Amino acid sequence: MRPAMIFYIVICAFALAVPLIGIYPIFMMKLLCFAMFACAYNLLLGFSGMLSFGHAAFFGAAGYATAWLITARGWGTVPAIGAGVAVAAILGWVIGAIAIRRRGIYLAMVTLALAQLVYFVCLEAPFTGGENGLQGVARGSFLGLFSLRSDIVMYYVVLAAFVAQFLLIRRIVQSPYGQVLKAIRDNESRALSLGYDINRYKLLAFVLSATLAGFAGSLKGLVLGFITLSDVQQSNSGEVILMTLLGGSGTFFGPVIGAALVVTLQEYLSDIVGGWVGVIIGAIFVACVLAFRRGVVGELSALRLRRWWGQAPAA
Amino acid sequence: MRIRILATGLAIGLSMLTGAGPACATGDTIVIGDIDDLSGNYADVMGAGGVEAVRMAIADFGGTVLGKKIEVLVADHQNKPDVGASKFREWADQNGLNMLLGGSNTGVNIAMAKVAAQKKVPLFVIGAGGSSLTNEDCTAYSIHYVYDTTSLANGTATAIVQAGGKSWFYLTADYAFGTQLQAAASKVVEENGGKNIGAVRVPLAASDFSSFLLQAQGSGAQVLGLANAGGDFSNSLKAANEFGITKTMKPAALLAFITNIHSLGLETAQGLYLTTGWYWDLNDDTRAFAKRLFEKIKAEPTMDQSGAYSATLTYLKAVKAVGSTDPDKVMAELKKTKINDMFAKGGYIRADGVMVHTMYVMQVKTPKESKYPWDYYKIVRTMSGEQAFGPITGACPLAPK
Amino acid sequence: MSEIFGIPVAVILGQLTLGLVNGAFYAMLSLGLAVIFGLMGVVNFAHGAFYTLGAFAALLGMQWFGINYWAALVLAPLVVGALGIVTERLLLRHLYRLDPVYGLLLTFGMALVIEGTLREIFGASGQSYPVPSALRGALNIGFMILPVYRAWVILASVTVCGVTWFLIERTRLGSTLRAATENSQLLQAFGVNVPLIVSLTYGGGIALAALAGVLAAPVVLVTPLMGSTLVTVVFAVVVIGGMGSILGSVISGLALGVIEGFTKVVYPEASNVIVFLIMAIVLIVRPAGLFGRE
Repeated sequence: MRPAMIFYIVICAFALAVPLIGIYPIFMMKLLCFAMFACAYNLLLGFSGMLSFGHAAFFGAAGYATAWLITARGWGTVPAIGAGVAVAAILGWVIGAIAIRRRGIYLAMVTLALAQLVYFVCLEAPFTGGENGLQGVARGSFLGLFSLRSDIVMYYVVLAAFVAQFLLIRRIVQSPYGQVLKAIRDNESRALSLGYDINRYKLLAFVLSATLAGFAGSLKGLVLGFITLSDVQQSNSGEVILMTLLGGSGTFFGPVIGAALVVTLQEYLSDIVGGWVGVIIGAIFVACVLAFRRGVVGELSALRLRRWWGQAPAA
Repeated sequence: MRIRILATGLAIGLSMLTGAGPACATGDTIVIGDIDDLSGNYADVMGAGGVEAVRMAIADFGGTVLGKKIEVLVADHQNKPDVGASKFREWADQNGLNMLLGGSNTGVNIAMAKVAAQKKVPLFVIGAGGSSLTNEDCTAYSIHYVYDTTSLANGTATAIVQAGGKSWFYLTADYAFGTQLQAAASKVVEENGGKNIGAVRVPLAASDFSSFLLQAQGSGAQVLGLANAGGDFSNSLKAANEFGITKTMKPAALLAFITNIHSLGLETAQGLYLTTGWYWDLNDDTRAFAKRLFEKIKAEPTMDQSGAYSATLTYLKAVKAVGSTDPDKVMAELKKTKINDMFAKGGYIRADGVMVHTMYVMQVKTPKESKYPWDYYKIVRTMSGEQAFGPITGACPLAPK
Repeated sequence: MSEIFGIPVAVILGQLTLGLVNGAFYAMLSLGLAVIFGLMGVVNFAHGAFYTLGAFAALLGMQWFGINYWAALVLAPLVVGALGIVTERLLLRHLYRLDPVYGLLLTFGMALVIEGTLREIFGASGQSYPVPSALRGALNIGFMILPVYRAWVILASVTVCGVTWFLIERTRLGSTLRAATENSQLLQAFGVNVPLIVSLTYGGGIALAALAGVLAAPVVLVTPLMGSTLVTVVFAVVVIGGMGSILGSVISGLALGVIEGFTKVVYPEASNVIVFLIMAIVLIVRPAGLFGRE
């Protein structure tokens, strides 16, 4: 069996056993949501080569949609998630259509500013609860089959969602569509000269990434029971970039590791050093950009550890 | 290279370990938590000084209750409801939290109140003002201890209307606290025969108030109602001075702490009316407490800091009286006790969670009137608890009219 | 007083004037950004952080060393500009051969570190910086009372922007800088010390940001986060003006300040987003920006 497989099996076993070991399920679920967010983001950054600086807009908008439908309109859990995801997809389509007119840093700037627009809408709109956000989001039940109130049950549901999304992203990247996407990322003019409709591919990548980010956002609202402005704020966008970069953009498991590290640091380091956590994370970010651009997973696989990891993860 | 693998492995392993967390034995300590804005807009209001006050209270109580040691956990909510609520939930699940003191920011406290109800942990709201915490957002486990928007309005707005300020225009911080404060003040103004001309909503932590102030001036109102707090309050007042607006309009400081006055200076702040639940220079008891805390934080205590002290003591006394930390029993006991300490005399906790106690309407002294450092206030009016906090509104299901 | 759409003319004019003051800050900050981007290709996310540092330098200079406002106007940009050069040499330099995206990410991380450190040391609640005595008081300009200091801000920033523009577009130094952008290797072959020029350019842009910070200190409370709220708007301004165009960013900055002021009168809630809306429209209609050359 390939070493990469062994790694995945170990991780799976660990993940399944989490509630039994005694790790705080809410913490793990938060970690999984952000891991999903980072993986979705990586689809855009790592595999399509587009740096979006406003991805929190999709995460948060979907979260708000789901939370609002549950609290104000009494929707069921799964339909609300579906609606949230749909909102993220539409938003991704609109923002993507404007953003892909530009490239590189310009694209980043555009996404940044459009995300700010979304932020202010969430701030001002009467139904989003302004600075308070939406509180008391009930978890309800899974399609009426079983209740999600228990942290442990919810954990397994979120884990299943995470695995599903992870496999989906893998499928997308390894499909013919994904190959073209990578080609566009590596050399856009060549792909263009080969006759591919670049814009359609890029837009689709944007929409997919936004949709999956929205999925993570909706789940986060259910896990923690609230959605607030921090979820659509610029700092959230910055954090997901950090997670992806730290773990390794362009790899499959990189963003997961990156998210795990950042969420864990924020949770436990802040008990020790308080507000300095932000500075430390910023410093790690700087170090990353300077020296570890491939991120944890990227650096590891580049270190000729192929005999350990088997085939190098998709670069 | 091996080192790198080791490092990664260690990182993941460490996160597993820390994820397992300090799920320490909770049966033999009493755990009191403090979740507050420790680094942001409201860091001076309760903040580190508040933590000191809590520790002082525990020490004064003897350090133990029911034979168990008392432990304090502190966290910074960074003015984010999710951070506050998550920390609260985590402490309740993992650390055996027995009681939480809620610091500034109404939004965070509303989120935390929901957790308090879920996890059945008594929540003493010290720093936040929103009256909704004892109305629509009330729970069986939350107590609003120090002040609220109702009492602020009843104090300051009444004083100003009666002093001649009949028409009002509000500069409102655009979040729950600001809107609730404006609503409360508007009600009082109308009840006293005044008029509410208009309002402008200002984003939280705005960098420049000049354009909003210009609108206020254009309204022709007599009073500029500042429905904001912290940095926003200081900023807006400064700007109002600069633009000569204070010459034609009287500023109303709907929420100001002694730390605000200290940083603004008496030159700017003189003549302001404000309402407070406590002042360091009221009597010998308050001065004695203030002296002890001053040594630690080098500033006179705010009402929130002394409130934190008092709330901690009140809780510990209740636990001792009941003989256990069972939340329902303790809450029942709390709603029966009279609070008599340097913070409040004859205070009591109402069914909806309001801690009814005397509130003072103060006016900021002129530089000439101030005789010694931190001598900032003179008492204009003393309101009894019932006058300050008003009757039960009936919005809270626990306290029907 | 006469009214337009039911709003007194005095109020409109007042808001437009205030908008001009804001626009002056936007112009100075976007000028620095445009200079850095135009001549180095780096999107300096840390611009807001250096603006904040400028204000803090003035504040601390006064508190610790008794340096007055006028000295701070000169010293703060120098000190912060020097700091900028140091970061350029130590950090940014390594990324020039890479995709410009990394420069953006690096400066983003730098901003986090700088602002976080300031916040931890000084707390997030602001401190006030007094208006210099020579500029106190207010002018009654008929439709409003304008504090003298704000009039000074408009004057000072327009002058600084004008001088900078002149330096870059009309002098020998400026043409050297522009040559460095277009073909640095060729210029280096001519014996010009290009790395030095690059460092100085970055330092210069940062100094502009710090100067804006000193100008801002008496107007707003000096807080560690004063730059981060501003920087997103400034980026939008630069995009609207055209990212490499210096004249474009100055004009856009002033114009957008005025537009924002006007929005505050007619539809206050939108005043936060009007700049981003305009940016989105400009990007659809004219992607290179109003004055940019693609």
